[in-house]
Amino acid sequence: MAEKLRLKVVTPTRVVVDALVDEVQLPGMLGVLGILPGHAPLVASLSIGELMYRHGLRESYLAIQWGFAEVGPDAVTVLAEVAERPEEIDVQAAQEARRRAEEALRLASGEEFAHHKTVLEAAVTRLKVAARR
Amino acid sequence: MPSRLDLRRRIRSVKATEQITKAMKMVAAARLRRWQARILEARPYAEELALVLRRVAAKVPERRHPLLQVRPEERVALVVVTGDKGLCGAFNANVLREVSTILEQRRFPEVELTLVGRKGLEYFRHKGIPLASQHLELMGRLTPEGAYALSRELRETFESGRVDAVYVVYTHFKSLLQQRVQVEKLLPIEREQLGGENGEASVLFEPTPQAILHALLPRHVDFQVWRILLDSVTAEHAARMVAMDAASKNASEMIDRLTLTYNRVRQATITKELIEIVSGAAALGGR
Repeated sequence: MAEKLRLKVVTPTRVVVDALVDEVQLPGMLGVLGILPGHAPLVASLSIGELMYRHGLRESYLAIQWGFAEVGPDAVTVLAEVAERPEEIDVQAAQEARRRAEEALRLASGEEFAHHKTVLEAAVTRLKVAARR
Repeated sequence: MPSRLDLRRRIRSVKATEQITKAMKMVAAARLRRWQARILEARPYAEELALVLRRVAAKVPERRHPLLQVRPEERVALVVVTGDKGLCGAFNANVLREVSTILEQRRFPEVELTLVGRKGLEYFRHKGIPLASQHLELMGRLTPEGAYALSRELRETFESGRVDAVYVVYTHFKSLLQQRVQVEKLLPIEREQLGGENGEASVLFEPTPQAILHALLPRHVDFQVWRILLDSVTAEHAARMVAMDAASKNASEMIDRLTLTYNRVRQATITKELIEIVSGAAALGGR
């Protein structure tokens, strides 16, 4: 059985992570997916959330917005729309986005509501990940 | 024969032009390098996306997603990708010629145009062809978000049934010296891109293969639009670099020629003056 997982996180503009890790936690559509080496082949849809990968005792985090993950016994490939490391996140911009989304949510309805809710989730996730720095 | 003053003026003006074309060439070269790097950066994503798409599609036998729906091509949308600026050789002209040919041959009963880039608009503004939309600021500062917005618009046009297919005419960057105009079908998504139907049976899907496929297909289209625009921008910079290089060469040749003429004129004047002095002296001495 494979000892390690090769984690690759790619976005349309760059390769964010390409590393050997011991464990990956993905923000799945239906909840967090924990992946260890030797996992059965899986294709999953991802939502907005935090991606954690652990190497030894060191845990690293990424803020992910939408995407797909392909899991094999010794590899995890994540196709994400946006993937940011904690140090890359503009905290002020995220706070501002959260404030504006919260305000808009109070007035919005229907489709607009869903849109603002997504924006809010993205902002909250980014702030959470940024705090992991 | 032109006067020395005239010649000097012309040489100065050609030199100024040469400086400009050289500077533009350098700028184009720098931008070309940057965009070429972005094409390379997009490649891993492209490969993975194609792979996941095929893997998921193999698990979903019935393919009734709206983006896959093939209809008789009564009315099509033609996306014309040009640049905002000229001075890039035949880059824009080649695209526009291809579009004109398609329109003249009447390959489709009805066509509506979506114009990306100012040059396309300048050309088609008064041609009486229905313009669905125009995107003038897109190419100047191209971002994935901008490309996705265009893609969303095209998807909606297709899904609403207003058009039966979407084609894109753009320039493919093959190498510095080779850029080819291509006509590509964007929608409906062609079946070959989904691959065959014999996937590994043991793969798990979350939530379900259908749900993933339905989420993937629009993303696939978005990414294709980004890829196409990226390709076109890179080709534009390559074309501009080559055109400006040729212009700089022409300017420097012209300066050489003008300098030669200038020296000849100067020499002729000196000779003439000498002859006048010598013959004047001879006339005096003979008396």
